Amino acid sequence: MSVLQQISPNVRNTKPSECTVLLRRSSQIKEELRRGVRRAYEKVIDVYWGDSHQTGVKPLSFVRQVLAACVYPELINSDKLPVDVKQRAQSLLRECARGSVGSCTAAAGVPEIVHRISEFIMKRDGGAPSYPENIYISPGSQWSLMNILKVLVNSEASPRTGVLTPVPCYPVTNLSITALGAVVVPYYLSEGQGQGWQLQVHELHQALESAKETCNPTALYVINPGNPSGHIQRRKSIQEVIQFASEKRLFLLADEVYQDCIHGEKSEFVSYKRVLAEMGPPFSDTVELASFHSVSKGIMGECGLRSGYVELVNVDPAVMKHIHILFSKDGCAPVLGQIALDLMMNPPQPGDPSHPLYHMETQHIRTTWVHNVKRVCEVINSLPGFCCQPTEGGSFLLPRLYLPPKAIQKAQEVGMQPDMFYCVKLLEEAGVLVSPGCEYGQKPGTHYIRFCITTPEDIREEFLKRLTSFHVQFMKDFS
Amino acid sequence: MSALRMQMISPRTVRFLSRGRSEFLAGSNGAQRSGGGPSVRALTSPPLSYSITRRSLSSLSGTRRGLPKEKMSENGVVPRAKVLTIDTMNPTVKNVEYAVRGPIVARAVELERELSEGMKKPFVEVIKANIGDAHAMGQQPITFFRQVLALCSYPELLNDSAFPEDAKSRAYYILQSCGGNSMGSYSPSQGIDSVREDVAHYIERRDGGVPCDPDNIYLTTGASDGIMTMLKLLVCGEGANRTGVMISIPQYPLYSATLAELGAVQINYYLNEDKCWSLDISELQRALDEARHYCNPRALCIINPGNPTGQVQSRQCIEDVIQFAEKERLFLLADEVYQDNVYADGCQFHSFKKVLYEMGPEYSNTVELASFHSTSKCYMGECGFRGGYMEIINMDDDVKAQLTKLVSVRLCAPVPGQALMDLVVNPPQPGEPSYNSFIKERTATLSALAEKAKLTEEILNTVQGIHCNPVQGAMYSFPRITIPEKAIKEATDNGQLPDMFYCMKMLEETGICLVPGSGFGQKDGTYHFRMTILPPIDKLRILLSKVKEFHQKFTWQYS
Repeated sequence: MSVLQQISPNVRNTKPSECTVLLRRSSQIKEELRRGVRRAYEKVIDVYWGDSHQTGVKPLSFVRQVLAACVYPELINSDKLPVDVKQRAQSLLRECARGSVGSCTAAAGVPEIVHRISEFIMKRDGGAPSYPENIYISPGSQWSLMNILKVLVNSEASPRTGVLTPVPCYPVTNLSITALGAVVVPYYLSEGQGQGWQLQVHELHQALESAKETCNPTALYVINPGNPSGHIQRRKSIQEVIQFASEKRLFLLADEVYQDCIHGEKSEFVSYKRVLAEMGPPFSDTVELASFHSVSKGIMGECGLRSGYVELVNVDPAVMKHIHILFSKDGCAPVLGQIALDLMMNPPQPGDPSHPLYHMETQHIRTTWVHNVKRVCEVINSLPGFCCQPTEGGSFLLPRLYLPPKAIQKAQEVGMQPDMFYCVKLLEEAGVLVSPGCEYGQKPGTHYIRFCITTPEDIREEFLKRLTSFHVQFMKDFS
Repeated sequence: MSALRMQMISPRTVRFLSRGRSEFLAGSNGAQRSGGGPSVRALTSPPLSYSITRRSLSSLSGTRRGLPKEKMSENGVVPRAKVLTIDTMNPTVKNVEYAVRGPIVARAVELERELSEGMKKPFVEVIKANIGDAHAMGQQPITFFRQVLALCSYPELLNDSAFPEDAKSRAYYILQSCGGNSMGSYSPSQGIDSVREDVAHYIERRDGGVPCDPDNIYLTTGASDGIMTMLKLLVCGEGANRTGVMISIPQYPLYSATLAELGAVQINYYLNEDKCWSLDISELQRALDEARHYCNPRALCIINPGNPTGQVQSRQCIEDVIQFAEKERLFLLADEVYQDNVYADGCQFHSFKKVLYEMGPEYSNTVELASFHSTSKCYMGECGFRGGYMEIINMDDDVKAQLTKLVSVRLCAPVPGQALMDLVVNPPQPGEPSYNSFIKERTATLSALAEKAKLTEEILNTVQGIHCNPVQGAMYSFPRITIPEKAIKEATDNGQLPDMFYCMKMLEETGICLVPGSGFGQKDGTYHFRMTILPPIDKLRILLSKVKEFHQKFTWQYS
């Protein structure tokens, strides 16, 4: 008895990712290579996700030592781990019920950890107050976003709730929005000539105007630093967005998971929360904001632990009560992830036994990022039909592809988006897995590829070698 | 049997219940709730003035909190109305209640704080017997599991001779299946392939060789993630066509909360308390027939062993339920997270999957089933890892594609939880270095639980006015309590449900934190509480005698 016609229309209406085929093919190829099938390459270079461990970056020793000691407290009595690691593990375990990471925590997370997150935020934002009561730890930032959207999206209203999201945009967010029955209202980021991507407020106005007929725009989602666009908003730009949200009565959803991924020389991350606080009344006490952060990105890159938090600002207390119930219902966030979050907020300090190694490892990761971005941009910009905007932050590059008409025609013949066609061939022929721009949304007639740049150096070089020779051949074949 | 006599957990009841909560969430007093209009709370003002910990408030100076308001009055600016208010928020979310972490628990946390501040109470510690959190009650983790997880966390330890060889080889095996050999990498949304294969082998062994396809296994963030995902997938239609989902009463409130959130219709079927909380097919039929008038019943949820009721379903009963589901075209959701928690003599866990296959192709090829398991219960009790899986059987291929799309929204289940699930389904084998200690630890935990289940039933049944069915399985007792008329009146006058009133008083006087039966649903006019059997046996004895003493005093006081 088929129930296909009877499943949730919201789920049915969400567009499956075009990349499903690409990802499935990549798993097949990886499996074939494991079984010893001969191809032009021995391994697939997988830079599809923003997952640095996956590309070969080593986890931070301090973080993993503390996690190991928390999981298996016998280690606290051994001489295998540095003293500060043992102390940290001990004090974290004291904050878990009966000293076990296997116990549930409060719905918002271990209270002491939540408290330290608020201290971290306050310090980050130059003293703008942050309250533990407004913070919820969840299994990843996307999970928190989903919970906030559940409250924002009126499932019974007509017209439906609209959420403004950027183009290009992290696709999982759009998936979450449509899965809840809301309408995605796209606003375009501008691809400045040689200055990188930018968020321009007139694009927000335009998007809002165009949406008014079809839905009830209620929230504005921004990603800063951008994914996949790699831009960092200046203070002034954030002010303009806040003003816009205030004027148009929009709830701000600020995805700030890449706040620690900054590689532009003079770039600085400023949080929406900070700018909002600095703007003073009436903005600072009215504009509603949810800001998201995570352990998956940045220096730590612990995607697999599934941990993030949301801080809520200016949310109505009566609504907060229901948000609290939603998080309670989910049980608690994974405790190891909560601990990782705590370590991210409070890394070893100079003078601690673990500090020298920690410092060395993090410095190495950061310098590699900066080199990677510089080197990859240079190489890509030297290739015909390829152009990479300068980026300042985030984990990705999003170079534009100027595909020859013959390639576009061929793609249409095989029923693929042109940049998807490029990615499929890149995978098959060169064993490099990147994602096509069509996955993120793009202006009609433009094409891109996105890939993660937080890789070790040797992977970067191998990636560039394969990409270059593939690209040159591709352009020749379709010229 | 008339449904009118029974108490339905309707949205209205839920809203009524939620009134109790506002006492503890001082930020949500009546004025603000009914107003729904502009609020003057500022960026710097916390929405909930109750504090989760002492520390959370102590760091905030009064000046800093007040500052923005002063500024605002100077400017004389009238703030704009909020975008998100109680009137504009998603109406279905308003109906969500979750008793297991409800107002009683909030008060328990507050009491703990007051005790730590040196305030005098009639008790010296708060005992949280409200939640099935074994480690928080002192249950020890399985050493082998923790060793492997520590090795996976910090693989440098693979060179350490202090770890047994089988733990090392297991850690190596798990890391080989992780991207970049790190638990910090995303896994596929459905879960790590090798873990799903191991889960499939486990299910085959458990079910006496019934085949299991790893493609049907989805690793989840605890079982509740799987349950919520399946319900989300199933719910559709409008008006009389809206999806109805049958759940047992009493039930685990995750079900009612999720159905409320999804705007689905909750169809209650009552377990038979007089027959040890057993499930009667005639009652299923009654509930279904009545529900068909106002909704489209499409799914039937079963919790076996039962939560909060602790019954273990017989093989015959499961067969009857499957027949019923087949006849009535219902999708079966079998919550089997307590499958290793079976204590009573003559009781045995039978999985729905196994019974389904034994019933022959007429059933095994058609009846759609989702079965859930988790790392949080049984002898592991590792709630903090949020590991779990679901197995999907006979699901339409196209729907499965939709399901796979839906789970991709949360990227993947926590990898340490997936690793732990792998260890649970594939524990040390005879002859391996860790085998003996593993068996010893597992047996100790399970036999202690069995002893505590028995003790709980015995002691509670010595109290006049308390009746406790045998705790055949799971981790809870759900005794029926007699509440005197006078107490019921006082509770009603205070706008409280009588069992909430009872549990709150119990908490205030004894420090014991229980969940009132109304949070799970119960027959109209009956009252219960849920208590875990998890505290260490000495403590459990004290706890039970305190409950006994309280009940006697309470009864005397109100008669």
